[in-house]
Amino acid sequence: MTRSDQTGTAFVSTLAIAAVLVPILNQLVPVSSPLHVSTYVLTLIGKYLCYAILALAVDLVWGYCGILSLGHAAFFALGGYAMGMYLMRQIGPRGVYGDPLLPDFMVFLNWHQLPWFWHGFNHFPFALLMMVLVPALLALVFGWLAFRSRVTGVYLSIMTQALSYALLLAFFRNDMGFGGNNGFTDFKELLGFDLHRDSTRVVLFVATAIALGASYMACRAIVKSRAGRVIRAIRDAESRTRFLGYKVESYKLWIFVFSAVLAGIAGALYVPQVGIINPSEFEPINSIEIVIWVAVGGRGTLVGAAVGAVLVNYAKTYFTGALPEVWLYALGALFVLTTLFLPRGLMGLLPGSGDAQ
Amino acid sequence: MTRRTAARQWLLLLLAAVLFSTPAFAQPSDTGFLAMLGELRDASFADKDQILGRLIDSGHASAPRVLTAWLDDRLYARTADQKVFIITSADEKVDPVGLVDPLSLKNAGSSTRDALTRIGTNNKLRRTLRIAVARFDLANPDASVRLAAVTEMLRSPDEAGAELLKARAAVETDARVKAEIQMGLSLVALDGPDAAVRLAAVQTLASRSTQQVRNRLALLLDKNPDGSDVETDEAVRQAATAAVRRIDRSRTMFGMVETLFFGLSLGSVLVLIAIGLAITFGVMGVINMAHGELMMLGAYTTYVVQVLMPKHIGISILVAIPAAFVVAGLAGVIIERTIIRFLYGRPLETLLATFGVSLVLQQLVRSIFTANNRAVETPQWMSGTLQLGDALAITYNRLYIVIFTIIVFAILLAVLKRTRLGLQIRAVSQNRAMAKAMGIRSEWVDAMTFGLGSGIAGVAGVALSQLTNVGPNLGQSYIIDSFMVVVFGGVGNLWGTLIGGMSMGIVNKILEPYAGAVLGKIVVLVALILFIQRRPRGLFPQTGRSAESQ
Amino acid sequence: MTGTLPPELIPGPILELRDLTVSFDGFKALNALSLTIDRGELRCIIGPNGAGKTTMMDVVTGKTRPDQGSAFFGEINLLDLSEPEIAQAGIGRKFQKPTVFERLTVFENLELSLWGDKRFLAALFARLTRAQGEHIADVLDVIGLGAQRGSMAGALSHGQKQWLEIGMLLMQEPDVLLVDEPVAGMTPQETERTAELLVSLMAEHTVIVVEHDMDFVRSIARRVTVLHEGRVLAEGDMDAVQSDPRVIEVYLGE
Repeated sequence: MTRSDQTGTAFVSTLAIAAVLVPILNQLVPVSSPLHVSTYVLTLIGKYLCYAILALAVDLVWGYCGILSLGHAAFFALGGYAMGMYLMRQIGPRGVYGDPLLPDFMVFLNWHQLPWFWHGFNHFPFALLMMVLVPALLALVFGWLAFRSRVTGVYLSIMTQALSYALLLAFFRNDMGFGGNNGFTDFKELLGFDLHRDSTRVVLFVATAIALGASYMACRAIVKSRAGRVIRAIRDAESRTRFLGYKVESYKLWIFVFSAVLAGIAGALYVPQVGIINPSEFEPINSIEIVIWVAVGGRGTLVGAAVGAVLVNYAKTYFTGALPEVWLYALGALFVLTTLFLPRGLMGLLPGSGDAQ
Repeated sequence: MTRRTAARQWLLLLLAAVLFSTPAFAQPSDTGFLAMLGELRDASFADKDQILGRLIDSGHASAPRVLTAWLDDRLYARTADQKVFIITSADEKVDPVGLVDPLSLKNAGSSTRDALTRIGTNNKLRRTLRIAVARFDLANPDASVRLAAVTEMLRSPDEAGAELLKARAAVETDARVKAEIQMGLSLVALDGPDAAVRLAAVQTLASRSTQQVRNRLALLLDKNPDGSDVETDEAVRQAATAAVRRIDRSRTMFGMVETLFFGLSLGSVLVLIAIGLAITFGVMGVINMAHGELMMLGAYTTYVVQVLMPKHIGISILVAIPAAFVVAGLAGVIIERTIIRFLYGRPLETLLATFGVSLVLQQLVRSIFTANNRAVETPQWMSGTLQLGDALAITYNRLYIVIFTIIVFAILLAVLKRTRLGLQIRAVSQNRAMAKAMGIRSEWVDAMTFGLGSGIAGVAGVALSQLTNVGPNLGQSYIIDSFMVVVFGGVGNLWGTLIGGMSMGIVNKILEPYAGAVLGKIVVLVALILFIQRRPRGLFPQTGRSAESQ
Repeated sequence: MTGTLPPELIPGPILELRDLTVSFDGFKALNALSLTIDRGELRCIIGPNGAGKTTMMDVVTGKTRPDQGSAFFGEINLLDLSEPEIAQAGIGRKFQKPTVFERLTVFENLELSLWGDKRFLAALFARLTRAQGEHIADVLDVIGLGAQRGSMAGALSHGQKQWLEIGMLLMQEPDVLLVDEPVAGMTPQETERTAELLVSLMAEHTVIVVEHDMDFVRSIARRVTVLHEGRVLAEGDMDAVQSDPRVIEVYLGE
């Protein structure tokens, strides 16, 4: 077994154990016991796992394909909004204004009709499709435009940032029909299950863990295939790869779209667990933070990205609770120190890691 | 004195006594005036309206000051003795505050604010107060005050106001005020019965281009509900039609000039914020994510300079410019020497590292200056508006910023083309290896380039401090824009940034009336993404070997 | 695909260049250059800098279009084809700087150079067939990097990287190999080894080598063509060329 196979197996096993153990510690262990995991912590870990999926998505495009996307939070947010729209429709007549069809914010804006793009979101399968399709379409259009004209390097990164910024501005507008600066919140149910009940939260947690495992294995399959080698070749020597006869733009587009889909799924799982989605998810800093998770953990390693996401977000939770002023200093320092001293991230510190995959 | 002249004198005195005892000449008593003020304390708004009328009619010498104070929310009653005072400052933070006696208008001590109750107003009262104060201001020695007064009165033209204006026009010396009064009188004359008078009024008004005039003239061309013309006289109607057409043409043209000016203004800001970035990117291939924060440092430098020289706000800007250059430039050199130089050849890593720096800088400023915005004052010589005709108002601060940008650009161009440093910078940016082979210390050039770019960012921050709030997030608001200009303009030469920035500013402003500021921005961003298809390296791409490695 | 009939059945010239002229901004890089190369040859092209060696290769591979002249690869008119099409037709070029994929293994480098469906989905589900595996093994043998098959290409020496790159070219089974200054920067042992490699490739492939290193050229050359100022100055075996007075004059003590 190669080194990366070993870490991979360790990762999936740990994930599987956690997926089983954490719910047990939450539901079956009495609250008084020190081993008890509160529902709050369970949901928090669930959130971290969503971020881990997002980190995998970015590692795939950046660590393996060399596309530094500074706008991936946009795909995450779009998936989240799709889920949010479904959940808003589920509220039905239980909203503050009691309208059976229109969410509260629409009533507040004096709207009388559901906008056309909201139709269908009361059906879960449709919403599920949208959570995946919308980020994919955006990635397809943007990627096609960008890659086809050979935009690379920092120019491309800036363009991805511009994209997420444009979406931020758009979603902030109250008249877009997406809840404006307040976004969506006060969710009640998902598929008939009360979102506030512990049992629902546990199920969401397990679902996220499974999604993370599946995402990891899918990414791994891609990376280990010949396509994965082509992608790494593109990362290191794009013209040479083109010279060999590979349609570089096509490979980039496939990976970019797949990565956007993963991000969308992460967002969709995130929203019911945190209970809110608003346009600040599109903020450029969110996208850049994802990159630091991957960089800290170790780009081009998949496992490193997932681990980095959990670690950095744990640190963030800790610091913003205990020493909020310090957090931004710490984050900033993390960026600087990681790029200077840990170019291969924490995974690079592991013995025998040799060359990253 | 003869008996006859004495009798005549007595008669005159009697006459005078009779005349002077009539209400028009009755000197309003101070007690009466004070009593009316006293009534204001507990009066309802409806009663206050009535009392206001009496105060205006009283003709008391202090009435103008009192009414002005009331309008400014500076009329208070002291809770202890229920006496009414004018306070010296409306600023809530000034406590205790000075008191002015409403009768004598002299200093009457001071009081803490909690010992005072404000005599409030509602919208209706404020309207009446404004007109009343304006009428008093008609006689003010300062021409600009008189002008403002006339403008205020014209907001609600009526017979009484027209009379006052007519009287004033006869003695008015200032040409602008006189023109304004004429306009007002003409507007009122349009309601008159005599067609010839109306015609004359229309002809007078035709030379003005304000919205108010245009609308009023357009009303003359309306139809009544039953189909008949509002304006019965044919000649007047024709004159009105011609006048409205003329005004519309004039307004459209001035509108375009105004859009162009605002576009240039926005464009010059974009150029300022982007040019430093273009230089560092062009020479070192580095996108400095902390660029916004360097601008912020420049803005805060302006604030600090103003805090250090509060009595000299006028020259504070001129002092702030070099100060900001030094502060931001130094910060840039430090960043380059401690971080960037170790990441040479790795532009994406540099991007991330500088992002980290930007976070640290933001938090640093937050820790030192708190997260609240800081007030930066605009010096007197930069405030105000230049009014060109009726339809074009250009603010001085924006005008100066456009000029400033051109100066900065010219200086930069000179530095790059004429100085030794500039030569070295150009050499390194075109062919680093060759430059090194010729003995140029490329590391030093890197540090200096980064310092130059950062210094300019600081100077841009000074300009920004005049346009927007100065807070720790200032950089974040503008960084995306500066990226856009660099991507659009390319980094081949400075002109790219100039043309790129200016055109983006103008396009943005042209779109604004149709799409709104936010949507306009989105359109520009999308257009840029599409533009990149045709020209992935911007308008003026960089030539030379290093371009390939980007 | 590449050449189908064994060389013995198609004797004669494989590459015919006639009166090729290329000017850049008034400067004539190629000046009515005419050259013929036979199938299975190992031809060395030498000449001072600016003689037109690289430009000639650029024209053959389709990187540059000539202003005048013709270039035929067997029956195929090269001037009708684009760069990728020429590569597909069987002309492979190895550039001066080794551009192997440093972060992939030797084996993976060769695998990527395999002929076949290069689209994403195909590559995603591709499995190495027996034939493909054997092909890679053969090439590894030829270039002598069998022992390094699992090493990262970045860890190879400069010479080994050059051989790997030749190997990557060989994977596509080209008829013609254009090799640009293969031994620049190599140790003497590596140079010798490269000479052996190139000679071994002869017969099954046509090899055209552009070089400056005269010792190397001597060790491999059968026929040598000397270019000067965009046209052929002299042609023949090494001795004939080296004693040609025109060549001596041009090279001045080479």
